[in-house]
Amino acid sequence: MNTKTRLYTISVYTENNIGLLNRISAIFQRRHINIESLNISPSEIEGVAKFTIVVYMTEVNIRKIIGQIEKQVEVIKAYYHDEENTIYQISGLFKIKSKLLFEEPQIQNIIKESNARIVTVNTAFFVLEKSGRKEEIVKLHEELSVFGVMQYTRSGRVAITKDEMKISTLLETYNN
Amino acid sequence: METKTIKDSETSTKVTERISGSEAIVRCLIEEEVKIIYGYPGGAIMPVYDELFKYQDKIHHVLTRHEQGATHSAQGFARISGKVGVAIATSGPGATNLITGIADAQIDSTPMVCITGQVPSHLLGSDAFQETDIVGISTPVTKWNCQVTKAADIPEALAKAFFIAKSGRPGPVLVDITKNAQFEEFDFSYEKCTKVRSYNPVPKTDPSCIEAAAKLINTAKKPFIIWGQGVILSEAEEQLKALVEKAGIPAAWTILGASAIPTSHPLNVGMLGMHGNYAPNVLTNECDVLIAIGMRFDDRVTGKLDEYAKQAKVIHFEIDPAEIDKNVQTEVAILGDAKVNLETILPLINENSHTDWHQKFKELYAIEYEKVIKNDLHPTKEGLTMGEVLKEINSQSQGNAAIVTDVGQHQMIACRYAEFNKTKSNITSGGLGTMGFGLPAAIGAKMAAPEREVVSISGDGGYQMTIQELGTIFQQKAAVKVVVLNNDFLGMVRQWQQLFFDNRYASTEMVNPNFVAIAEGYYIKARKVTKREELAEAVAEMMESKEAYFLEVCVEKEGNVFPMVPSGASVSEIRLE
Repeated sequence: MNTKTRLYTISVYTENNIGLLNRISAIFQRRHINIESLNISPSEIEGVAKFTIVVYMTEVNIRKIIGQIEKQVEVIKAYYHDEENTIYQISGLFKIKSKLLFEEPQIQNIIKESNARIVTVNTAFFVLEKSGRKEEIVKLHEELSVFGVMQYTRSGRVAITKDEMKISTLLETYNN
Repeated sequence: METKTIKDSETSTKVTERISGSEAIVRCLIEEEVKIIYGYPGGAIMPVYDELFKYQDKIHHVLTRHEQGATHSAQGFARISGKVGVAIATSGPGATNLITGIADAQIDSTPMVCITGQVPSHLLGSDAFQETDIVGISTPVTKWNCQVTKAADIPEALAKAFFIAKSGRPGPVLVDITKNAQFEEFDFSYEKCTKVRSYNPVPKTDPSCIEAAAKLINTAKKPFIIWGQGVILSEAEEQLKALVEKAGIPAAWTILGASAIPTSHPLNVGMLGMHGNYAPNVLTNECDVLIAIGMRFDDRVTGKLDEYAKQAKVIHFEIDPAEIDKNVQTEVAILGDAKVNLETILPLINENSHTDWHQKFKELYAIEYEKVIKNDLHPTKEGLTMGEVLKEINSQSQGNAAIVTDVGQHQMIACRYAEFNKTKSNITSGGLGTMGFGLPAAIGAKMAAPEREVVSISGDGGYQMTIQELGTIFQQKAAVKVVVLNNDFLGMVRQWQQLFFDNRYASTEMVNPNFVAIAEGYYIKARKVTKREELAEAVAEMMESKEAYFLEVCVEKEGNVFPMVPSGASVSEIRLE
């Protein structure tokens, strides 16, 4: 088993209940593990929520964490995957002064090359959106920072795994 | 996240009755066959108390003197009976006072349902009088919890609560019910919960693991069984005994596993862990196959993990998958119910006796006897020892008493020396180490099993943490025998100060009150013993008493508990002096 600290994506399928976020985050807090990113969304199954949690950990410890998460009554199943087995995206938003578009023509090239999308423009500012891997968003931020960014934010990771996650089958066995 | 609305059962043809939420709470308890509950009233739970008043012929409510006492009593009740203990309290401080008991029940896997009142839902989040976020506070120490804000949700929430508390690896649950939900009327019907979709209480056993384990056990030269409370919780005592006897395997127990197999059984080789017996600790590091049953390799049992049973192949019978490989790497993990799995493995096990291996345990016991046990049980020097008090209780109860202990030196001595003939006879706070647990837990145990002799043994420190529960004993006429082993010290901490902090006794000396007068103040018969000559007769008087009895025994002030695995040391580095 891998004993090096690596980036893992944890996927937790749960009932959609109040308080579960607390229960799950407490498991990380107890062990002093910083959550790099967290996203909660509906999943492919109606009524089932999916937590996507990104953490730096060793495989030995992540297995223990998965056990602790699955132990929670309202958790259906939890998985962990390394970077090679995860397809993921995050999204970044940038608010920039509109006049810079004309004063700094370089910005237009950056937008084009980065495949970023302009979400809205008005006389005062425009908002740029870029989805991709974290490094791409960070790079774009660095490039734009030179000219001044009024606001910048990055979403948590959303991820799909190469593996099959047999939640529907699992739910059926629970129902029988 | 959205609130999930609780759906009505589609196939429902149940007869319903229009009642209030608070009456529904009491009716749910009756449906769950609850006969005794422990609690303390207050503003936000008053509608429920009003109903308890009406239903007092069906449910006996025990007014403890503090909400913490209510939880410990519920725990004592659960531990001796195997049933779910119930504690009830009001919002705010009433609810927060439950937390220690809840945390204790969580770490010791005790089935308990706590019901708390809450401010009306329109005041939630407004910092209302006696409002506290008890669901938030109790989350890390409960197996499950929820808040109910509508009367109609009460039956399902409580049904789920009882099911979750008792099933799989048991634990405490908390249901917080707002006052408006208690007042509201709705159409009541009750259906017991037998399933929660996302919850898998007993994981499936892989039959190939059973076979692999049997093979390991059959080929082992020096097999060693260590069992925990899981054996008691799954009522696998007979199955464990059958395995131990058929395969001739020496077996030792964690503190919470005590009494599952009688102390006198020839293959019962004693207690594991920090103050456990010499042989089982040392030989953990010599066995070739270590068979752990319903235990979780707590650090007090394992000592230094890097030097724990490294030579052994480990088989782990366990209901909670999160415990597998948590602390100790297993060769074979047998998930599922201990009773079922021990029954399955037994026919695959060859008969054996392992006489030479067992002899090693006897040899080490002889060493421990010479160095420690003899002086504890048959002291020659002046000053009563805690051990001789236990010996006296053993001989006069003939090992039939349930021993309820608090936390500290007396606890270790009691667990080391108490003789148990029956299972579920050792009630103590293991994982959390909660001082103050003993007295209220003994009340709960006595009320759950009035036919049994229940002896509460505490130290002078822990006793004073919940001493007010003497009031509960008096009011309930609970015939608990209360023993305080008084050394005028917080003995265990003092022992550590002596051994590891150069005798600096920082805040461990206790200037104690007149304990006899206090007990008598509650109209409880009381006696104090300071001399060896009086001990047997005083214990006899206590045991013969038909009602509650308080016995203070003044023991040597600076006695130490040995053997001892120093914190951070390996189990084989156990010290005898």
